Formats: sequence, C-alpha cells, structure tokens
Amino acid sequence: MISLQNVDVTADGQAILEKINLDIDQRRTAIIGLNGSGKSTFVRLLNGLQLPSAGSVTVDGLNTKKEGRKVRARVGFVFQNPDNQIVYPTVREDLAFGLQNLGYIKAEVDAQVAEAMQAYRIAHLADRLTHQLSGGEKQMVALLGVLIMRPNYIILDEPTTLLDLKNKRLLMDHVREISQRIIMVTHDLDLVKEFDRVICFDQGAVLADGSPDDVLPLYRQHCSA
Amino acid sequence: MISFYYPGNSLLHKTPAGLKLLGLVLLGSLVFQISEIATLLGIGSLLALLFVIGRIPLHVAFRQLRPALFLLIVIFIAQYFIEGIEVATFVVLRFAILILAAGLVTVTSRVSDMVAAIELALKPFSRWIAVAKVSLAITLAIRFIPVLGSIIQDVKDAQKARGLDRNVMAVLIPVIVRTLKMATEVAEALDARSFAATPSDLSKPRD
Repeated sequence: MISLQNVDVTADGQAILEKINLDIDQRRTAIIGLNGSGKSTFVRLLNGLQLPSAGSVTVDGLNTKKEGRKVRARVGFVFQNPDNQIVYPTVREDLAFGLQNLGYIKAEVDAQVAEAMQAYRIAHLADRLTHQLSGGEKQMVALLGVLIMRPNYIILDEPTTLLDLKNKRLLMDHVREISQRIIMVTHDLDLVKEFDRVICFDQGAVLADGSPDDVLPLYRQHCSA
Repeated sequence: MISFYYPGNSLLHKTPAGLKLLGLVLLGSLVFQISEIATLLGIGSLLALLFVIGRIPLHVAFRQLRPALFLLIVIFIAQYFIEGIEVATFVVLRFAILILAAGLVTVTSRVSDMVAAIELALKPFSRWIAVAKVSLAITLAIRFIPVLGSIIQDVKDAQKARGLDRNVMAVLIPVIVRTLKMATEVAEALDARSFAATPSDLSKPRD
C-alpha cells in the first residue's frame, strides 16, 4: 500500500500540495485535475522523484525520503514524453537496460526481453532505432521498459497525451492487461470511467476522492464553474 | 559512432565487439605508419571486402562517409595546393579508411555490446573511474544526438514561422532551455529505472 500522511510540498515559498492524507491500494487509480493542480507533483511523490517538504510518503512500509532507491525498484514510472525515458539506441537494448540494473545475467535478460517483446507484439521492432519509432511505438517501448522490471506499482503520467486515437486505444488495451496496481494521471475522462478510484486535485488539495461515478460529475461541475 | 547498428547475422556481426574495437585501434595506429599509397589502397580493398562479408549495403557504407565528405574535400584541396596531388590523395585516403573502419564496427555491433566491451576494458581502473557512469555517458551521447537534432529542427521551424530564423539567440536559447529540461527528465528516468541501484536496494521481496 502507498500511504501519504500530512504531506506538504512547497517550492520557492509557494505551496504545491497541502496536507495530503491518502492511502492507495486499489488496482486502478486515476488522478485528474486542472493544469497546475498538483497532479504530477503528487505522482512524483509516490516513487520518491519528489520528496515531501513535510509529512511522509511510504510504499509498502518504505519511506521515500530514507529509502528512495528501494521505493523506485517497486514503483515503476512511465513519463509523459517517452523520448526522455528511452536510454538505448535500439528497442531490444533499451528493454534490457532495466533488467541489467536489477542485476540479471545476460542470458536471463535476453530471454526475458524476447518473451516480453513477443507478448506485447513488438518483436518486429527489436532492432529498430528508438528515435525512428512513431509516437505510439515509443510509448509502448517506454511502458514495456517499466513493465519488464516487474514493479508492484506502475505510475503513468499522462501516457496518452502525445498519442493519436488508435495508439491511445492500443496502449490502454495493454494497460488493462497489467496485473500490477496502476496509478494514472490523465485529462481523458473517458479513460477514467473504467478505473476503481478517482482522485481529483484542485489547487494543491484533494477536491474529490471516490468512484468515477461520484467524482466525475463533481469535476465537470467544478470545471464549468 | 552515430551510424548505428545495421542488423545482420554475418561473421562480422558475430565477432565480439571488443575484438572489433581493438582491431580499430590497431588499424588506427597502423595507417599512420604506412607511407606507401599502394599499401593504403590494399587496406582499403580489404576494408571493402569486410563490408561485403558483413553484408552491408552500399548506401549504408556510404552513409558512414557522408558526414565527413565536406571535410575530406577541404583537406584534399588544401593538401593539393600545398603538397601536390599524391600527398592530397594519400591523406584523404587515410582518413577515409579510418572513418569507414569505425563505421564498419558500429554498423555491425550493438551499442550495448560496445559499451560492455568498453566497461570490460575499464574494469582494471574501476578504483579510479566510475565505469558504469562512463559507459552510460557514452550510451546517452549516442542515443540523444538525433533527439538533440530534432529539438534544434523544431525550434528552428517555430522561429521561422515567427520570422526569427536568422536570429541565432532566438534559436539558441530555447534549444538550451529544452535540452536542460530534457536532461533533468532523463536523469529522473534513469533513477526511476533503478540505474546504480545496489543489490540491497532490490533485495526486499516483491509481490
């Protein structure tokens, strides 16, 4: 379980998040809110990329402040722009990178990469140069680069923003198949409908928290006010 | 180094990257010891044969030389007027052989294999050098050159649309800002993908 207790985040004397108290353990949690509401800062707290100015964030009992690396081995993060997440020039090498960091030997890395590419139907991209892939293909590689490390939680920060409708559907089909707990930041309210829980942020605080049926009407009302 | 891997199953592809890099270093030293143009032509022919053995198409082979073509022409012209046609041909041939040999190594070796070979070579110096960081720096340099190229093109296009394409600062400043922002995000992504994690960071059983 991910737990936030009395979390504040301030930057340059300005409050980004204030007094956040949340426990997250659902299989699918969506984070929504207006631009600048603190959504991205919130999810960055969950794997220790951002540390709280006050309060504490724990993942399966591990404090992000004290055990950041251990937390990051358990919480995968898919960034909005896959170009900044893909490290190696070819798909196969990039997928291998995370496994190498986890200490797997070469034979195991090669086998797992081949298996993952087959399962996600991107085996044909194995030796393609990553900078020549389409936006959808890059996002798939970025997602698979995280999935292959088998984290307990996967955070997706607006993963569909740069995708067209076809690739968005394709990516979400894959996301649905993921067995781990997912926390996804999105502006796409259609995607949110199928989630177990929706947390809506506004001006650095939780505006609403509950099922999509409860939260989405409130958010729509808030946006039109 | 930017020519990138050309997938294949040839003998050259199967040769360990470390061996190919070592061969490149030796060739680099050798061509500067040669004073006969005929010997240099012989090495050039051997190199051409290696491209055939590696089943590298002509356009891929030419791509290795293309970025340096302008420089080679400048060198040739300068040497022609200073030393004459024979020396000019000799100097240009020497550089062309080195560039093509380096290209042959990169098109037949995966970057990860080359990096692993460099890591192995640096291992004896691991007390003084952070080997993993050096190899990652090489990888990132290779990976992000095309990304930087695309950022520069994006910014140039955007400034062109505003009539500012001849203003160097209007291109330079956004490129620097975007590059620094990208560098921060890449560092975060590396952290998120457990780069430099120790075994104890990963030891706690996971679900």
